[in-house]
Amino acid sequence: MKNVEYRTATSVQGGLIVMGGVPGVAAGTRVSLRDHAGRLRNGLVIRVSDEAVLVEVFEGTEALDLERTWVRFLDEPFRLPLSRDIMGRIFNGAGQPRDGRPPIISAERRNINGEALNPAARAYPREFIQTGLAAIDGMNSLTRGQKLPIFSGGGLPHNRVAAQIVRQAKLLGEEASDFVVVFAAFGVSSTDARFFQESFEDSGVLNRVVMFLNLADEPVIERLLTPRAALTAAEYLAYDLDYHVLVVMTDMTAYAEALREVAVLRGDVPARKGYPGYLYSDLAEIYERAGRIRDRRGSITLIPVLSMPSDDITHPIPDLTGYITEGQIVLSRDLHNQGVYPPVAVLPSLSRLMKDGIGKNYTREDHPHVASQLFASYAKALEVRGLAAIIGAEELSEADRRFLEFADAFERRFIGQGEDEDRSVYETLNLAWDLLSMLPPEALIRVSEEELAKYHKWQAVP
Amino acid sequence: MGRIVEINGPIVRLELPQTVIGEQVRVGALGLTGEVIGRDGDTALAQMYENTEGLRPGEAAEGLGHALSVELGPGLLNAIFDGVQRPLSAVRAKSGDRIARGVEVPALPRERRWAFRPQARHEAGTRLEGGDVLGTVQETASIEHRILVPPDVQGELLEIAPAGEYTVDETIARVRVRDGSVRKLSLSHRWPVRTPRPFRRRDHAVKPLITGQRILDTFYPLLKGGKAAIPGPFGAGKTMLQQQIARWCNAEIVIYVGCGERGNELTDVLEFMPELKDPHTGRPLMERTLLVANTSNMPVVAREASIYVGITIAEYFRDQGYDVVMVADSTSRWAEALREVAGRLGQMPVEEGYPAYLGSRLASFYERAGRVETLSGGHGSVTLIGAVSPPGGDFSEPVTSHTKEIIQTFWALSKELADARHYPAVDWLESFSGYVPSAAKWWAENVDPGWEAARSEALELLTESEELQRIVNLVGVEALSSEQRWTLEAAGLIKEGVLQQSATDEVDSFASPEKQYVLLDAMLQIRAQGMRLVKLGAPVRRLLQLPLLAQARRWKSQYPSEEMAALRAQIAEIPGIFERVALEYAERTVE
Ligand SMILES: Nc1ncnc2c1ncn2[C@@H]1O[C@H](COP(=O)(O)OP(=O)(O)O)[C@@H](O)[C@H]1O
Ligand SMILES: [Mg+2]
Repeated sequence: MKNVEYRTATSVQGGLIVMGGVPGVAAGTRVSLRDHAGRLRNGLVIRVSDEAVLVEVFEGTEALDLERTWVRFLDEPFRLPLSRDIMGRIFNGAGQPRDGRPPIISAERRNINGEALNPAARAYPREFIQTGLAAIDGMNSLTRGQKLPIFSGGGLPHNRVAAQIVRQAKLLGEEASDFVVVFAAFGVSSTDARFFQESFEDSGVLNRVVMFLNLADEPVIERLLTPRAALTAAEYLAYDLDYHVLVVMTDMTAYAEALREVAVLRGDVPARKGYPGYLYSDLAEIYERAGRIRDRRGSITLIPVLSMPSDDITHPIPDLTGYITEGQIVLSRDLHNQGVYPPVAVLPSLSRLMKDGIGKNYTREDHPHVASQLFASYAKALEVRGLAAIIGAEELSEADRRFLEFADAFERRFIGQGEDEDRSVYETLNLAWDLLSMLPPEALIRVSEEELAKYHKWQAVP
Repeated sequence: MGRIVEINGPIVRLELPQTVIGEQVRVGALGLTGEVIGRDGDTALAQMYENTEGLRPGEAAEGLGHALSVELGPGLLNAIFDGVQRPLSAVRAKSGDRIARGVEVPALPRERRWAFRPQARHEAGTRLEGGDVLGTVQETASIEHRILVPPDVQGELLEIAPAGEYTVDETIARVRVRDGSVRKLSLSHRWPVRTPRPFRRRDHAVKPLITGQRILDTFYPLLKGGKAAIPGPFGAGKTMLQQQIARWCNAEIVIYVGCGERGNELTDVLEFMPELKDPHTGRPLMERTLLVANTSNMPVVAREASIYVGITIAEYFRDQGYDVVMVADSTSRWAEALREVAGRLGQMPVEEGYPAYLGSRLASFYERAGRVETLSGGHGSVTLIGAVSPPGGDFSEPVTSHTKEIIQTFWALSKELADARHYPAVDWLESFSGYVPSAAKWWAENVDPGWEAARSEALELLTESEELQRIVNLVGVEALSSEQRWTLEAAGLIKEGVLQQSATDEVDSFASPEKQYVLLDAMLQIRAQGMRLVKLGAPVRRLLQLPLLAQARRWKSQYPSEEMAALRAQIAEIPGIFERVALEYAERTVE
């Protein structure tokens, strides 16, 4: 059947083409289409019955007609050829080379949809990754095998933050990063893609990066394949070649929009804001591919970047993402406008795996309590700041004024840092104590009395 | 034999005459399983529990002649099953790290022999009813598995096996049933998951489920046999709270259903449960626990089934006379699975894409909770605790609002509290419990007669402080009277010294009922003593400087539940502390 060309299209409409009377086509099969000009396009069978086969065309159905479209059913799902040689290469969203070099030839060709990991086969991620960013390491730390997205918005420096994490990420006690990087960009501008490329080049990791690019002006439906192809490569690197893989994907919003586009064409019932009800499951199929497996050396740590439409964290894309990922790093427009870099809004940010990767045996014994105290004190300080905006700072009580100063210092000195500043977690914790020492010890009830005695800089208190 | 006509995602149209709704089907060369959900003439619609990629129209399809059912017998505890009761450890042994399609592994181990002890009073000629206990198997050190006559069997016992070791397939009894034929019984039997298991009658729930979590037990109690929901936006603490309940609650059996959530959360449970001791029996927690896992990346139809698999196993242990707790994380994913299937069937959506029957499905699921008199005359209960994941944290969405109508205890999690890392982020104003009167009886008899009054006082204090806080946020704390400022401080003591409870702090993680009451009572004492002084004219500024206030906030993590005498000794000093302030102040006014 692979070699038979069918010319039985019965309708074609925005990205979808219906083929009549092709017997025995398998659901999910890859399709190759040839149009009247002899150009080839790729597609996927998404629905099939005795009478008709519905095909999604990745490059779109523009200029396809019914009479002069020849379709071959390749009788296999989308597969990515894999070998050691993928390192340092650049592919398009469907996994074909776009760096002008020859295609990867390998007997190892894997279905990009993967198969669900057995929960009984997973190993729980516990190894602390130092990113060098205090807002992350101190309060929302990352562990090896975690999926931790960056929630951002137009004009915010998410790319710079992601690139800094890639540059600095390392396990405690290790010198340089031993990560290989899989980078997938979909729906982003070529400027954004180039920014990452250059940043990998500058940090000298380019030969340890695999890139999958589907830029803003490239076929929309191909975006549905891009993250899956990237994760298939990541799984190969992690579980076949024992690498620790850091996967950066941007922008998940573009992905979800592509999914919505196709859903509308298919006539799927919309749930919220026009997104199909299965957006959650679809995103989960992607995000859940991060992790660790028992008795395997490698790991996949996933940092998806997404822009929140109108900075709205309750929008379905960040919302469903937050329900699946193991926390989120939220960037704040306010902090950014005040010149704070990285503008991490620490309160809505969260790392769910932090509790199991910090403290006595991992970072330092006071870390859990210090983080909790920073959260509590900063939350209180923001309340005071709100109050000061109404009644004026002069009207604040003495104690409240200290909180106000704490808020400012915390944002400038703790959250804020240089783009090439790589803080060790100990520096981060010491800095936290410097700042907490601006507050009276009796206001610090989340740290223990022993920790207060050991780390609080009493002299700072009048 | 039938054939496949159409494949549309998880929905497959079959040419399969004479099937019935609910029948299990096996389709295609891979032998994927699914269930019939609709019929139209000779064609049937089936939803598949596994990914349908690669299926072709024309491939074979067959009806299996039975509905989705679970296998019930020794070997359930300590296990992790997928949404259709395949044991995931055995699946891993067979198909590796990833779940291959079409793998068939029986739910219970076939080879293992269990030491069966027949009930002494049974002998040939005994009349058996459905639900009677045939004998027992000590399944784990803490749980005795009672082997039940299947609910749909009754008749005359012809023969029962002597004490000895048997596999779940071997016959241990023969019964002559009503139509004269002979039924062979073994250590296990099957039961269809969508049919509630029968019982004699519903009983009133009377005893609180103690979870060791102060805001739950003391403020919004749940009874054994009750139904509760935990709604909250992502990151608010639904999963942690359910895990805390699974760890610490005083149920005899815990069923943890991970429905459409993270794989790592189940791994977490699998890794910590065996290491932790049941606080009530001292045995490893895993011995009383079983997991049902259909994580978010696993096929969506099996997600819908997983909830029923969980509840049916829960009912089975209830029927043995146990108090069972089932936590389901998250019921929203189950509802979304319903929605997805309804959408593929072209059913008319009513709200946010959900089908019209969402409310009734939720209600009949929660209806399976309860305390009952079992068929054999014992008592058992199923307590249901469902997490709800409202999109955007909006509690007015369909799943949350329907659930709220059904349950009795509502533990509402708040994003604001979670953002400030006040855990558990149970909102003390939004939450409610319809079980307070029954719980009050138990607390009065077993802990302290003052429980109900203390609880009400604390809740009033919290409500009042909310008002005061609003004023402060508008015009500053100086606008408050001294009494109001002390009220605000006292509310702070309750929030930080009682309500807030860290799951990660070894000492604080669990609080016995006694500790819960002692802490609450202590904070209320401080409030009252301070208020007396304030009313006498002592400056509130002076009171706010008392080191006692910071100390009291630390007691919860300094005194484990076993050291209540020491804590009580601390508390006994409270009057003295205030007395000294009173004296100091009296001297000054004299000067
Ligand atoms: N009771 C608690 N004690 C300490 N930390 C908690 C508690 N509840 C939640 N957390 C923190 O909040 C994070 C998110 O909680 P989780 O239960 O996963 O939220 P949800 O299931 O609502 O998305 C956890 O990883 C943990 O860091
Ligand atoms: Mg959760």
